[in-house]
Amino acid sequence: MLDQPIDLDRTFQALADKSRRTMVERLTLGPASVSELAEPLAMSLAGVLQHVQVLESCGLVKTEKVGRTRLCRIEREAMTAAERWIADRRRSWDARLDRLGDVLNDTPTEEKP
Amino acid sequence: MTPSTVAHHTFVIERTYDVPVAQTFRAWADPLLKARWFAGSPEALDAGYALDFRVGGHEVNHGGPPGGPVFTYEAEFRDIVPEQRIVYTYQMFSDQDRISVSVATIQFHGDGATTRLVLTEQGVFLDGHDTSAQREEGTRSLLESLAALLNGGGS
Repeated sequence: MLDQPIDLDRTFQALADKSRRTMVERLTLGPASVSELAEPLAMSLAGVLQHVQVLESCGLVKTEKVGRTRLCRIEREAMTAAERWIADRRRSWDARLDRLGDVLNDTPTEEKP
Repeated sequence: MTPSTVAHHTFVIERTYDVPVAQTFRAWADPLLKARWFAGSPEALDAGYALDFRVGGHEVNHGGPPGGPVFTYEAEFRDIVPEQRIVYTYQMFSDQDRISVSVATIQFHGDGATTRLVLTEQGVFLDGHDTSAQREEGTRSLLESLAALLNGGGS
């Protein structure tokens, strides 16, 4: 739920990995088993499972045992307007601080020779 | 009634600029300079952006997508130590709804010809205004924005 603190740093770290982004993109289409997630990736099941655990620990993905397979799904609860807003805050600061750099670079200054 | 929820956030962004700290600080203190990078253009000063840079002074800005809600930013400066730090609180509104309340701390570390800037934002996002339209944008747009940030954010 939203009342839980959102650890965006961990979310970003989790998504910094290309394989994990591929897995999350696949999961946006619907739930998938670990072996289905492994299909497009040149990776062992154990390797995929490790990535799933990273995604699960930051709240992006939930898994449940269904029979003999582990089913993964996007944790939509964690993907609310709140998280998007927080990501937007950071992104807008990034953009602003870039523009600040531009302004500073073309502002003449007495200190410069 | 929409259930009221809160989400807390904290983040830190660091940048180093190749100018002395006095110049970096001035870009936060001077309304014309700050309008250029904070509000996007100097013309913002005629379009509702205002900066009264002193303790107790306010900064306001307006924005938002065409046809969408008007986002209003209202800040009050709480502590200013020239060329060292700025602490301010701000709230944001979507039309009439308060969507967030935050504390921002800007620290300036001068080192001769360069300035290291450390921005820390701590806030609470008030979720009462969340709409189904916003939810529908869904997972993919969040991932796209995260990916854009990760790819564009560089090392």
